[in-house]
Amino acid sequence: MATAATVHSHAPQGFIRKYIFSLDHKVIGIQYFFLALTAVWVGMFLSLLMRIHLYWPNAVLPLVGEIKPETYLSLLTMHGTIMVFFVLTTAPQGGFGNYFLPIQIGAPDMAFPVLNMLSFWTTFVAFVTIIAAFFVTGGAPLHGWTGYAPLSALPSAGPGEQLGADLWITSIAIFCLASLMGALNFITTTLDLRAKGMTLMRMPLTVWSWFITAILGLLAFGVLLSAGILLLMDRNLGTSFYVPLVVVNGQIMGHKGGSPLLWQHLFWFFGHPEVYIAILPGMGVTSQILSTFSRKPIFGYKAMVYAMLAIGFFGFMVWGHHMFMSGMSPYSAFAFSLLTMCIGVPSAIKTFNWLGTMWKGHIRFQTPMLYAIGFVSLFVSGGLSGPFLAQPVLDIQLHDTYFVVGHFHLIMGVAAIFGMFAATYYWFPKMFGRMMNETWGRVHFFITLAGTYAIFMPMHYLGIAGGTRRYSQYTEVAYLQKLMPIHQFMTYAAIITIAAQFIFVINLFWSMFKGPKASDNPWEATTLEWTTATPPPHDNFGGKTPVVNHGPYEYGVPGAARDYVMQTDPATTTAH
Amino acid sequence: MGLALMAVIWVITLASTYFFVAKTWWLPVGAAEAAHFIDGQLALTFVLMGIVFLAAQLSLGYIVWRYRQQPSSPPVQYSHGNTKLEILWTVLTTILFVGLNLMGSRVWASQRFDQAGPGAVQVEVTGMQFAWYFRYPGLDGKYGATSPKLMDPSAGGEAAVGLNTNDPAAKDDVVTGTMYLPLDREVDVSLRAVDVIHSFFVPSLRFKQDAVPGLNIHMHFKPTAIGEYEIACAELCGLGHYKMHGMVHVVSQEDFDKWLAAREAEKQ
Repeated sequence: MATAATVHSHAPQGFIRKYIFSLDHKVIGIQYFFLALTAVWVGMFLSLLMRIHLYWPNAVLPLVGEIKPETYLSLLTMHGTIMVFFVLTTAPQGGFGNYFLPIQIGAPDMAFPVLNMLSFWTTFVAFVTIIAAFFVTGGAPLHGWTGYAPLSALPSAGPGEQLGADLWITSIAIFCLASLMGALNFITTTLDLRAKGMTLMRMPLTVWSWFITAILGLLAFGVLLSAGILLLMDRNLGTSFYVPLVVVNGQIMGHKGGSPLLWQHLFWFFGHPEVYIAILPGMGVTSQILSTFSRKPIFGYKAMVYAMLAIGFFGFMVWGHHMFMSGMSPYSAFAFSLLTMCIGVPSAIKTFNWLGTMWKGHIRFQTPMLYAIGFVSLFVSGGLSGPFLAQPVLDIQLHDTYFVVGHFHLIMGVAAIFGMFAATYYWFPKMFGRMMNETWGRVHFFITLAGTYAIFMPMHYLGIAGGTRRYSQYTEVAYLQKLMPIHQFMTYAAIITIAAQFIFVINLFWSMFKGPKASDNPWEATTLEWTTATPPPHDNFGGKTPVVNHGPYEYGVPGAARDYVMQTDPATTTAH
Repeated sequence: MGLALMAVIWVITLASTYFFVAKTWWLPVGAAEAAHFIDGQLALTFVLMGIVFLAAQLSLGYIVWRYRQQPSSPPVQYSHGNTKLEILWTVLTTILFVGLNLMGSRVWASQRFDQAGPGAVQVEVTGMQFAWYFRYPGLDGKYGATSPKLMDPSAGGEAAVGLNTNDPAAKDDVVTGTMYLPLDREVDVSLRAVDVIHSFFVPSLRFKQDAVPGLNIHMHFKPTAIGEYEIACAELCGLGHYKMHGMVHVVSQEDFDKWLAAREAEKQ
């Protein structure tokens, strides 16, 4: 297999082959990174409009004008879809995974470079398709990112449910294809292209996380793709997979015998593993950074690997916990609930091991480390609301309230984004050859940490008080009106936190051109990407093939010449 | 930097905890039999998860401060982990999570595994964009037939749910826009939706259940306090989702009988 990747060892010279239709996994990784960066600004802008609307319902805003109830629902649908697919799935896996997985296992490229390029450009087409939904007649769909049928299946069920909804589901289907291509590539590369000595149990935990994420993607996206095609057929060909006989606004629709719950089963069979697709790479990079900046081996490497495998395995058996109030059998709710509690165990193991890694270490507080510590804090906070929602009896009160919104934003939204920030500050020197500004990195970190807690923690209070989600205004229900002060506080917090993200972007682009030059190994780290030049040459290791003699996290080794042993150091060094 | 980070993590942790403990915003006072069990399970979960939350966050803050790199730091502990510790916290977490789950399941079973008893008040709840309708079977105890062909939401009432007035069983059916329930009697609700999925959520009664097109879902609960309680739709159902609102009036059995008789009289 190794020969497949070496056929293009000569770097292409033309601009188009080098930067646009590149086969180089590093260029493709950066392309994914910038696609996700664009998407996250779109998604964040939509959330800002929502927060402003909730505070000032009658405000007329620049670019969008007056926000009507259906506009608000379109904003939340597109916010969720863009964030989940084009940010949380795209940056950690497509971006950093693409760039660093081959280098960290000592490979010259991905196993299938052409497939890799196709995967990126297919994702790009999916992104253009979903953005197009804003501009068609009727606008973007209002059915939420979960797209529950029959609302999503009936063009007459609301504004945005016409062409906008078709574009939405088409975009998701295209995205599924791209992710399947990517997943195949990641799995093959990890299994076949590891350098000599890079045994599975010497792989950095980042590689494990990308590998397991790819397996989840391969199994989950196929199901969503099928589900999406069935939805398109229900919408356009008159089939009735998801729609029974329904009457919309006095008109009998031409459907019969379909099951709205079928869509939910298929969607969440993808949707729950998707949570782990978003968060596993963050766990990987957090482990890597905590060990590096604590100057200590990762605590319980094998336990970390097994925990990720367990999370991946259980991740496919818990989808029903999204459906406790759906009319699904209460007996199956019992089973899904128990399995969901079980998935909390490996998550807890990971947290204990992260704390154990820092325990008695020499913690260095550079920005990547701050974000990794922030990840742990958010993972704990977001994770601990899980055992509430995993109990069907508590979902009688909490399901479809802001408690759920707070839960998943903390854990799969903000924690995953902290993983991306950590990864950006950590790998930026290797990717762009320069260092990011530390002072502004720290300022960005503290505002973002306090800000995200200020936005998302109050959502739990809202939810307990019965604060329903996906309401464009809280003026029609008396008890919801009383909760408005919480919404107003969250809006202020959101405006401040979003403003702070300009610090990040300016730091990113300024440092790309003006930052101080980075050495090959600025963090004194041990894994293979730090053994090669900065930025790495076209074939990653300049014609040499690394030989691995050590595990990935050999820090503070007694008797070693310096406080770390790189994976390629000679085997005689006193470490294993 | 270590001190600043510890301070920020601790302040966030304690401030978050304060509002949970002070119950500044909390569940509305329960007005149904299940509230006692649900609130108890919620409180238990809060105590247990709260302890874990405080322990994890406070120790995270402490560790980052305590083990910051200093010139005087002793050499790091070169260790790849500790199998006994791994087993210990795996077992403890499993007991905590599974135990909590099993306790909650008892309550769940009591709410959802059994059907309503024979003496329960029958009410059919129908959700449509963007209103709730409530139908009582009347003296014969039987719901009359409905038909999709007869549904006319713009007319409201009986026409909205498509009641077939030619059916003898439909003669005494009462359809209203506000739900009336007698105190301390079990209610057998039968949930339907005509267009898209809606969710019948009454926070004070600790009741929530999706109404799904094509399904007729039976649920039961027992109101235990006289009062007026708000219904909020909890499943995104379209542009009017935010105003798909309704009221439940829990009244004495006597008032309920009077109310129902008056509605029957109006029909004649």
